[in-house]
Amino acid sequence: MNKNHRVPSNRTLNAVEVKSKFGAEFRRFSLERSKPGRFDEFYGLLQHVHRIPNVDLLVGYADVHGDLLPINNDDNYHKAISMAAPLLRLFLQRKEEADYSAFGTDTVTRKKTPAALAAVKKPPIIISLPKDFRPVSSIIDVDILPETHRRVRLYKHGQEKPLGFYIRDGSSVRVTPQGLEKVPGIFISRMVPGGLAESTGLLAVNDEVLEVNGIEVSGKSLDQVTDMMIANSHNLIITVKPANQRNNVVRNSGGGATSGSSGRSSDSSTSFYGYSTPGLMAMTPSHIIQNYEPDEESEEEEDLVIEADRGAKLILQAGARATASTSMPALPRYEPHLDLRTSNGTMASSASAGSLNAHKGLEGRSLEEDGTVITL
Amino acid sequence: MMKFRFRRQGNDPHREKIKQDLFAFNKTVEHGFPNQPSALAYDPKLQLMAIGTKSGAIKIYGAPGVEMTGLHKDTAAVTQIHFLYGQGRILSLLDDNTIHLWEIVQRENRSHLVEVHSFNLPGRPGIESTSATRVTVMLLKLSCDLLALGTEGGGVHFLELPTLTLLNKSLFQDEIMQSIPEEYKCGKSLGPVESLQQHPQDSDKILIGYSRGLVVLWDLNSRHVDNLFLGKQQLESLVWERSGNSFVSSHSDGGYMVWAVSSSNPCTHDPISSTIPYGPFPCKAVNKILWRTTESGSPLVLFSGGMPRASYGDRHCLTILQDSSHVTLDFTSRVIDFFTIHCTDKDKEFDDPSALVVLLEEELVVIDLQMAGWPTVPAPYLAPLHSSAITCSCHISNVPPKLWERVISAGQQQCPLQNYEVAELKDPTQKLKTSAFSPQVLCCHEDGTVRFWDASGVSLKPLYKLSTANIFQTDGDHNDSLTQAGEEEWPPFRKVGCFDPYSDDPRLAIQKISVCKYSGKLVVAGTAGQVIVLVLSDEKSDHMIDVATVDLLQDREGFTWKGHDRLPPKSGSVVFAPGFQPVVLVQCMPPAAVTAVTLHAEWNLIAFGTSHGFGLFDYHRRSPVLARCTLHPNDSLAMEGPLSRVKSLKKSLRQSFRRIRKSRVSGKKRVVVNSPTSKVQEANAQLAEHDAEVTPVQRRIEPRSADDSLSGVVRCLCFADTFLRDGTHHGPTMWAGTNSGSVYAYALDVPSQEKFSEQSVEALLGKEIQLMHRAPVVSIAVLDGRGNPLPEPYEVSRDLAKAPDMQGSHSVLIVSEEQFKVFMLPKVSAKTKFKLTAHEGCRVRKVALSNFTSVSSEEYSENALVCLTNLGDIHVFSVPALRPQVRYDCIRKEDISGIASCVFTKTGQGFYLISPSEYERFSLSARVITEPLCRVDVERPHDLSAHSSLLRLKKKDKTVVILSGLLDEMRSSLSSPVLDSPNSSADVTLDTTGELTVEDVKDFLMTVDEAENNYRNMTEEDGRPAGILIN
Repeated sequence: MNKNHRVPSNRTLNAVEVKSKFGAEFRRFSLERSKPGRFDEFYGLLQHVHRIPNVDLLVGYADVHGDLLPINNDDNYHKAISMAAPLLRLFLQRKEEADYSAFGTDTVTRKKTPAALAAVKKPPIIISLPKDFRPVSSIIDVDILPETHRRVRLYKHGQEKPLGFYIRDGSSVRVTPQGLEKVPGIFISRMVPGGLAESTGLLAVNDEVLEVNGIEVSGKSLDQVTDMMIANSHNLIITVKPANQRNNVVRNSGGGATSGSSGRSSDSSTSFYGYSTPGLMAMTPSHIIQNYEPDEESEEEEDLVIEADRGAKLILQAGARATASTSMPALPRYEPHLDLRTSNGTMASSASAGSLNAHKGLEGRSLEEDGTVITL
Repeated sequence: MMKFRFRRQGNDPHREKIKQDLFAFNKTVEHGFPNQPSALAYDPKLQLMAIGTKSGAIKIYGAPGVEMTGLHKDTAAVTQIHFLYGQGRILSLLDDNTIHLWEIVQRENRSHLVEVHSFNLPGRPGIESTSATRVTVMLLKLSCDLLALGTEGGGVHFLELPTLTLLNKSLFQDEIMQSIPEEYKCGKSLGPVESLQQHPQDSDKILIGYSRGLVVLWDLNSRHVDNLFLGKQQLESLVWERSGNSFVSSHSDGGYMVWAVSSSNPCTHDPISSTIPYGPFPCKAVNKILWRTTESGSPLVLFSGGMPRASYGDRHCLTILQDSSHVTLDFTSRVIDFFTIHCTDKDKEFDDPSALVVLLEEELVVIDLQMAGWPTVPAPYLAPLHSSAITCSCHISNVPPKLWERVISAGQQQCPLQNYEVAELKDPTQKLKTSAFSPQVLCCHEDGTVRFWDASGVSLKPLYKLSTANIFQTDGDHNDSLTQAGEEEWPPFRKVGCFDPYSDDPRLAIQKISVCKYSGKLVVAGTAGQVIVLVLSDEKSDHMIDVATVDLLQDREGFTWKGHDRLPPKSGSVVFAPGFQPVVLVQCMPPAAVTAVTLHAEWNLIAFGTSHGFGLFDYHRRSPVLARCTLHPNDSLAMEGPLSRVKSLKKSLRQSFRRIRKSRVSGKKRVVVNSPTSKVQEANAQLAEHDAEVTPVQRRIEPRSADDSLSGVVRCLCFADTFLRDGTHHGPTMWAGTNSGSVYAYALDVPSQEKFSEQSVEALLGKEIQLMHRAPVVSIAVLDGRGNPLPEPYEVSRDLAKAPDMQGSHSVLIVSEEQFKVFMLPKVSAKTKFKLTAHEGCRVRKVALSNFTSVSSEEYSENALVCLTNLGDIHVFSVPALRPQVRYDCIRKEDISGIASCVFTKTGQGFYLISPSEYERFSLSARVITEPLCRVDVERPHDLSAHSSLLRLKKKDKTVVILSGLLDEMRSSLSSPVLDSPNSSADVTLDTTGELTVEDVKDFLMTVDEAENNYRNMTEEDGRPAGILIN
C-alpha cells in the first residue's frame, strides 16, 4: 500500500479509483462506488481500456489484507468494489497463461508483484483451482424463516453434475390443536457421493423437506414431490427442517462471519424469496454478497431454437443475459445494458419486489421484440 | 413463484361468475357393458332389466336410454337380484349375506335408484356357525308382500316386504324331517336349500328343493308338507310347469327330471322322466333350467351347463331343446344367468316365450325364440365395447349429416338388421327420440378393427365396423376352413356372441387414428408400423392397394431392429364392401408401433411418427415427401423393439410389486371421509402402514438428461396454416414433437388444388426447438391472431367455422408433460407459460383445446386448454393466457388405464374407461351435458298409510299430466299386458285407480349441444310439466 501513488480526491467516498495492470501496462480509471454495475460490463470495460478486445482474461485484485483474489462474477466484483480503500488494484492475466497458484492468502503482501510469485520456493497450500468461481448453493430467507428451518438453493448452472439425493416417505410429529400428531412427510433418504447436494453440505439424510420452490409439500405424494423437484431442478429451492438442529443459522449475528470465499453463504436480503436486483443490491448492507440474478425465468426460458441453417442460437428472455452467454464484441453492447441497469435501479425504489419482477419481465420482452439482442 | 402467488390473489368476483357459467364438472353416464356382472333380473310388468356386478353396483335398463345405477355402500358382489314386479323396487343379495331393498324415486324430475332398507339374517340362537344362516336362494312371492330365504343350514326364513322385517315363522329342516320316510333319512341332513319356487296357481304353496335331492311342496298357510319328492341326485335348480301339475329339477350330474304333482300321492319316489342330454359320459352340472310351454306343442327346455366333462367341460354353453330341435349355444364367456320373456298373463294357457336373454360375463345375448332356427337379435344396448381390447379411442363431434348417413348405410349393409323391432323387445312402445339427436360418433379401436358408435345417447349404439386385417396376410387366415368342417358335429354347437378376447395377431392392433369428417377420409396406424389411408365409398370395390415404404432411420448407421416384422400386405386385388376402403398403405421401417398420426385432407397429406422418427406422405401422388430420424445416438432401447432385454429385471420386479401393493390398497372397502378427524385417522392409518414397510420407497432426484431412453419417440404431429418463415406470408406447416422435448417445424410447399397431380409437395425444415426441461411434448397447437385454435381443414371453405385471424400474429402452444408454453410466431419467442409440474407435482397426460359456452348467454364462449394429469385430476386453463381456471378430481390416480384412455371432445366433455368394457362420460362444461334424464313412474300399492295418501294423490296428478302428454304411447302400453292389477288384493282402493297406474318408462335423454335443439324440444313438449328438461 505504501508504494501506491495516491491521488487525493474529494470524490473518494463515492468513487473507486482503479489501477489495472495487464502485463507491463497500467490503466487508471474510476468507478462509481454506489453503482458498480455488473461483472460482465466491468469485464468489457477492462478489455476496452486495455484495448485487448479479444483476449480472455483472468482478473485478480489485491484485497485489504494483501491477498490476491479473483474477480470473475458479480459477487466478488461487488465485494472488491466495496472493499477498495479507495484504490482498487487489479492484475490481469491472459487466461491461457494464468498462474492459479498465485491466488490465495498472503500472496500479495509477501510478493508485491505477480511476476515475483514465480520465484516462490514453498508454494502455499492450494485449496482449489479457482478457475471459475460460481455459487453452488446458498441459504436464503434466513430472516423470515423459523430458526429450525433452512431454505437452501441449489444452482445447477446447466451442467451435467447430478443433483444427487434421494427422498422417501416418512412421518413427522406436528403440534396441532388436538395435541401431538404424526403426519406424513417427505425426507431426504440418501445422498449421492460427489453429487451437488452432498457437496454443499447444507442438506443431510433425514432432513424433512417442507417446501419446494415455495410450494408446500404437505399433502403431496412422494411421486409428486419428486416431479416437482425435477421440474425445478434448474433452480431448486428447498426448505428443509434439518435433522441436525445444531448447525442452524443464528439470526442477527451478521452474515459476515460466514461470507467470504467459501461456498456457503448466508443471505438475509429483505426480499421475500431472495430476489435481489443490482438496484436493490446497492441498498442492502455490504456484508451480503448474494446478488446473482435469481432469474428462474431466464434460466429455464432458454429453449434452444435452431434455424434451418443449423446455427444454434439462444433465445434470451432477459436481454441482459446476452452478454453473459455469447462471446462478446464488448463495447457496442455496453451502453444498452447500463441503461437497463439504471432503469431497474429506479424501479427498485418502488418497494414491491413482485411488481418489480413483473416489470422486469415485460422489459425483457420488449427488448426482445425489437430484435436487437435476439439472435433469430 | 412470485407470479404464482399473484395469480392466486386475483379473485375477481366478475371472473368467478363467468367461470361458474362456463365450467362445471359432472360425471354423467356410463357407456358400455357393466364390468364383471354377477346377477340378472327382469320385471315383465315394468319391462325393466337389472344387472348386478361384483363391485356392488346395480344397473337398471329400460327402453334404450333409460338407465339407472345404484351402488351399495360395501364393495361386495351382488349375488342375486329380484324385482318386486311392477313396483319399481328391487331386492339385492350381496356376497356378505346382506339383503338390500332399492327403490326408484323421482327427484329433480328424473328417476334415481335409492337404497331404502337393508337386512342381515341373524344367526340362529345357540348355533355359532355363520354359514348356517348364509342365504342361498331368495323367493319373492308374486304378490310382493313376502320374501322367503333359503339358507345354507337348510332353513327357510320369511320376511315381510317392503319393510324387511323377519317374521316369526321360519321353517327348519327338523320340521320337514318328521314327514320324511325313514329309509330316505339315513341320518344325513338335507343340505342347503338350493331352490325355492312359488306354485304358479296357488300362491300359498312353495316348492323347496334341498341340495341332497329332496323336493318339498310346502303349504304356507297350514304349515304342512303337501307333497314329498324323494330325489336322489344332487339338486341344482327347480322350475314349475305353468299349470302347476308338474315341475322340472336339474341336477349336478348333468341331467334333468320331470316330476308330476298329484294330490293323491303325497310321497313321490320317481320322476316321470329323467334325461341326461349329453350323456352317457360324465357331464357337468345343469346350473339352471327353464321349462316353457308353447301353444304350438312341445315345451321348450332351456338350460345352462350339462356338457360332457371330458370333451367340452370348458365350454360356456346354454342348450335350447324343443322336440327334435336342439341347439347348443357356445359362448365365449361364462353364463351368469338367463331368463325368457314370455306371457305372464295368468289367464293365458301357455308361456309362449318370445325371447331368451342371456347374461354372460362379457356381453348380453338375446335370442329370438319365435323365429325358426332361434337367431340372435342385436340388442339395442349393452353392446360390448371390448369385444376385443380397446387400444385407442377418439371422439368426433358434430358429424356432418351426410357422412353420418353414409356410415350408417355402410353399417346396415354390413349387418342387415333383420327385424329391428324385435331388438326393441325391452319395450316396443318407447324408442329413443331421434329428434333430439345430435350426431356424434365415438370410435373405439380394437385389435385390427375400428368400430363406430353413436355416442349421442346414453347407450352407445354400434354403427359400423371396419376391419383392417383383410389387407394383410396373417396366420389366422386359414382357420375359417377348419371350423366350417364340423357341420355334423354333436353336440350341435353354435357360436354366439361377439366377445373375442383372442387377437389373431397383435401387430394388427390399431394405435392411432385421424379422421377428416368432411371428406370422409380416415387414417389408421397400427403396431407394425402400418399407416392405412381409407376413403369412404358407397360402392363395393375390388382394387389393389398401393404400398409405399418409408425408411425412418434414414442413413443412421449401427442400428438393428430386433422387434417384430412388418405385416406382409396381400398381393393382388382385394374385395372391399361399401364403407371405408383402404387406398394406400404406408409402411414405416423399422416396423415399430406408430405413436402419432395426423391427416390434412385439403392438402392430401398424412404425417406419422414412430419411436424412430416421423414421415410425411402425399397420398394423392402416392409419394413420400419427407422422412426424418429423431433417434438420439445413445438411445439403445429404441432399437430393441417391445421385447427388450435392456430393461433391468430388478426394475420391472420392483414395479410389479409396487403395483400389487397399490391394488391391494385400492381394493379396500370404501371409507366415507367426512370429518377432519376421520381424515387424520386415515392419515394415521396410512402412516402405520408406511411404518410397517421394511424398506421405504425412495425416489432419486435427477434432472432429465439428454440421453434418456426412448427419447426419439414422436409424440404428436400437427398441420397448420401459419407464419413460420416470416411475419407476412403464411403457409402450410407441419409440427412434430418428441419424447425428449424437441419440436420440429417444417414449412410445406403445397401446390394448389388444380396442380396436385403435377407438382409435388416440398417440405423445408423451418425451426427446431429444444425445450430446456426436456419433458416429452404431449401436444402442439397453433393459435390465430385472436388466440383461437385454427379450424380443421375444410371447415372454413365450407362455411362451418369462422376464418382464422390471419392479421394478428399467430402463436404456437406447446404442451409438454411438465409445462404449457405459448411461443410467438414466426420468431418462436416465448410469450406465456405455466409450469404445472413445478407447481403441483403432477404431469400432463392428456390435453385438448375445448370450447366452452356460457350457460347464461349462448354468444359468450371461451377456448380453454383441458388437461388431465397423472394424478387423475383435470385442470382447465385459459388460452392463450394460460391462467388456471378450475380443477376437478376425475379419475383415481391408481387407475392408470383409465387415465391413459381418456379422450376429450371439442365441447368440453370427455370419456374414459372405468373397466375394460365401460366408458364413463363426464362433462366439464356447464352448458353441454349428456346425461340420462330418464323417468320411470311407478305406483307402489303397499306403502299406503293414512297420512301418505294425500301425497299419493299428488303423485297421481302428476302422472296424469305426463300421460296426457304422451297419449299415443300410453295407448300402446295399455295394450301390453302390464295393466294387470296387482295380484295381491290387499289394497282395494288401488283398483279404482287402475287405469291410471300405468307404468311409464320414459326417456328424456338430451344432449345439449345446440341451443336450437333446446328450443325445439321446449316447444314440442309444451304439454308436459315444465322442468323435465334440465340441461
